[in-house]
Amino acid sequence: MAQDVRAEVRQFITGRFPQITLDDDQDIFALGFVNSLFAMELVMFVEQRLGVRVPNDELRRENFSSVTAIAALVDRVGTGTEAPAG
Amino acid sequence: MTHVGVVGAGVMGAGVAQNLARHGHPVVLVDSDPHALTRARETIDRDCRMSRFLGGPDLDAEEVLGRITTSEDLAALADTEVVIENITESWDLKKDLYPRLDAAVRADAVFVANTSAIPITRLASLTRRPRRFVGVHFMNPVPMKPAVEIIPGEHTSAEALATVRALLDSIGKKAIPVNDACGFVSNRVLMLTVNEAAFLVHEGVADAATVDEVFRSCFGHPMGPLETADLIGVDTILHSVEVLHDHFADSKYRPCPLLKRMTDAGHHGRKTGRGFYTYDGAAAPANP
Ligand SMILES: NC(=O)c1ccc[n+]([C@@H]2O[C@H](COP(=O)([O-])OP(=O)(O)OC[C@H]3O[C@@H](n4cnc5c(N)ncnc54)[C@H](O)[C@@H]3O)[C@@H](O)[C@H]2O)c1
Repeated sequence: MAQDVRAEVRQFITGRFPQITLDDDQDIFALGFVNSLFAMELVMFVEQRLGVRVPNDELRRENFSSVTAIAALVDRVGTGTEAPAG
Repeated sequence: MTHVGVVGAGVMGAGVAQNLARHGHPVVLVDSDPHALTRARETIDRDCRMSRFLGGPDLDAEEVLGRITTSEDLAALADTEVVIENITESWDLKKDLYPRLDAAVRADAVFVANTSAIPITRLASLTRRPRRFVGVHFMNPVPMKPAVEIIPGEHTSAEALATVRALLDSIGKKAIPVNDACGFVSNRVLMLTVNEAAFLVHEGVADAATVDEVFRSCFGHPMGPLETADLIGVDTILHSVEVLHDHFADSKYRPCPLLKRMTDAGHHGRKTGRGFYTYDGAAAPANP
């Protein structure tokens, strides 16, 4: 499960920025290409594709700063795409 | 507080309504398409939720949405004091709308046209209130952009201009005055840049990511022209270039065929989930 989330997130980021090489612990906000529009897309991606609703108090930069951080967040707040609806 | 009407609930109308409501103004948001109204409410809800995450103020989505009423009927605008029009960038649609809007809204209300390129004097001529008619070119995303172009038409009164300036001031927008001309300052330059960038992709000189990379890395622009096109809407870019082409009757504004193909295919950028880039799972509306 965790592997799937990591792979999906990595693919989402590199799909938008093919010119970068990304490792899972890299701070993506430090790479210089993340503007607020992409930050919002990342949140939308996590919510829609990975099937979790991020509670307002978890909507913080550090939770979206790397592939590892996002995977940890998904683990914490939801069970991912295979979870039953509701 | 000013009772404001917002017509057109697309990319711009939703942003304008949110920005007004979050500063306390009651807003009536009208669109002929009920789905656009639903999407606008969803977008506003999401943007409020994300506001702090994106470095903005803490916003209570319920409170902001509580100040916005929606309707498909222009009659809902009858008592508004200022009406901001943000419908599709099409002369034919605007030409049909303005006389009806003029009849539906009280005579002393001020009209604001938020257009990418259509001259304000031309739009004002569609109404019986050219003195109370002002152009404001908002920037996208509206809640995040600190400045606008403000454009008086030929007949705009000082009083109407002052009303609109005060409203803009109350929502934290700096108003930069420019004279009335097709495309104003911003889009006279930007639309040609985006159109030419589309030609580069069309001719195979570089792909979209490479074009944008040159602007970001070499010029230090925060976004390249084709990312910007996806944000604005590829259809809106095409319509704006066509407006410039028609107005100046100058072939330097010839629209790139790739923009036409993308518009016909529904690849309108972020709002449809695909443009020069794809936005799977992103801020796109749910319908295909
Ligand atoms: N997108 C931008 O970045 C941007 C920036 C500045 C100005 N503008 C201008 O703002 C205006 C709106 O652009 P947008 O990007 O929001 O377009 P959009 O396509 O996202 O939305 C237009 C909306 O207008 C509605 N509409 C069309 N005809 C109507 C009518 N007769 N009555 C009521 N509603 C109607 C449509 O249903 C749609 O929801 C255009 O004139 C555009 O040039 C756009």
